[in-house]
Amino acid sequence: MHIPALKDLLYRLADDKLIIGHRNSEWIGLGPILEEDIAFASMAQDEVGHAYVYYQLLHELGEAEPDTIAFARTAEAFRCCHLVEYPIGDYAFSLVRHFLFDMADKVRLAALSESAYAPLAELARKLAREEKYHQMHARTFMRQLGQAGHEANARMQAALDEVYPVAFSLFEPTVHTDTLVRDGIQPDEDTLMKTWRQEVEPYLRSCNLLVPDPGDITLHFGGRGGHHTEHLPPLLLEMTEVFALDPQAKW
Amino acid sequence: MTQEDILARLQTVMDPEIPVLSVVRMGIIHEVRVQGDEVEIDMVPTFAGCPAIAVMRQDIERVCYEAGAGTVRVNVLYRKSWSTNQITPEGKHTLKTFGISPPPEIGPELTPEDLVQAQCPRCDSYNTRLMNSFGPTACRAIHHCDDCHETFEQMKPL
Repeated sequence: MHIPALKDLLYRLADDKLIIGHRNSEWIGLGPILEEDIAFASMAQDEVGHAYVYYQLLHELGEAEPDTIAFARTAEAFRCCHLVEYPIGDYAFSLVRHFLFDMADKVRLAALSESAYAPLAELARKLAREEKYHQMHARTFMRQLGQAGHEANARMQAALDEVYPVAFSLFEPTVHTDTLVRDGIQPDEDTLMKTWRQEVEPYLRSCNLLVPDPGDITLHFGGRGGHHTEHLPPLLLEMTEVFALDPQAKW
Repeated sequence: MTQEDILARLQTVMDPEIPVLSVVRMGIIHEVRVQGDEVEIDMVPTFAGCPAIAVMRQDIERVCYEAGAGTVRVNVLYRKSWSTNQITPEGKHTLKTFGISPPPEIGPELTPEDLVQAQCPRCDSYNTRLMNSFGPTACRAIHHCDDCHETFEQMKPL
C-alpha cells in the first residue's frame, strides 16, 4: 500500500465534502422555500460529517486531528476540486451542482466500496447508504424544475450550461492516480467520469435539459494540486473565523 | 459489576434528539466488555454526521462511572454501518408512541420505495405522502397522512 497516494485520495474525498458542505450550509435562511432551506442544511450536516470521518481515516494514518486538518490549513494545502468552490449563486446553480456532485459521489462510493484498502471500503459502504437521500432529493427537484414551464426550464438550462463543464473538475487525475489504480484502491478517474456521464446525461435529457458540450475540461483542473479558484480563500477565511480566534480552545 | 449491570444503565441513556429512545433500543451499542471495574463499550454511530454521538458518548461514560466503574472506554466504530433494522421492537414501539413513525424493515439495499413509504403513527394508515426527506434532524423525514391529515415525522430507513 502506497501511503502518500492513499492520503492524497483521502484528502481529495474529504476536502470536496467539507467545502460542498460549507456551501450547502450557506442556504440556511435563504432557501426559496422552507423545505429547501432544511434540505440544504441537512445535506450540509451530512457532508461535513462525511468529511470528518475521512479526516479520521487520515488521522489514523498519521495526519493531524480532524479539526486541525479542517481548520488550520491554507488554501494551497486543500485538494478539493473547483466545482465545490464556487459561491452558491442562485438556487438553480446550487441545485444543478448538488445533482452533479452527488451523482459523482454515488459513482465514486460504489467503486470505493470495492477498494483494496479495507477501512475505506467499509466506510464507503456506510456513506453510500446515507447518500441515497441526497440523490433522491436532487433527482426530484431537477426533474420537477426541468419539466416545468418556460422560466424554470430556462433557468435550469442556464445553470447546467454554466456548471456542467466545471463538474469535470471532480475527475482531475493526480500524480498518484496510476498508483491507486495499480494497488486496487480506486478505478482511474477517466473510468469514473465515463460511468458518471452514463448516469447523468440520460437523466438530464429526461428532465428536458440539453446536455452541454463540456469543451476543454482541463480548463477547470488544478484543485487536486492545490491550485484553486479565487473563491476558496474567502470561504476558508469565513469557515475558520471562530477556530482562528483560539486554535487551542477545547470545545 | 457485570455486563448486565452496564446494559441496564445504558437503558437510561437517551438519544438527545429523541429523548425517549435509549442507545440500547436504538441498536447502537455494539459490544460491552466488563473486566473487574474496567468497562469498554463499542458503539456505532447512526448517520456519520450525527451531532448527538458526542453527547451520547459522554452520557454513556457518566452512567458507567455512576455504576462503579473505575475506568471506562467508549470506542466509536465510525466506519461501521448502522441500519434502522437494528432498532429493537421495543424501540420502534417507543418511537410510534412518541409520535415518530418507526422506519420499516429494509433489505440489504435501500430501494426508492423504502425512501418514500411511511405509516402514520396516529391512525396507522399507509395513505401518506413524503413531504421532505429532510427534517429537523439528519435521521428524520416529514410525511403527511391523507387519511387523518396529520403531518408527521418518520425516522428514515437506513
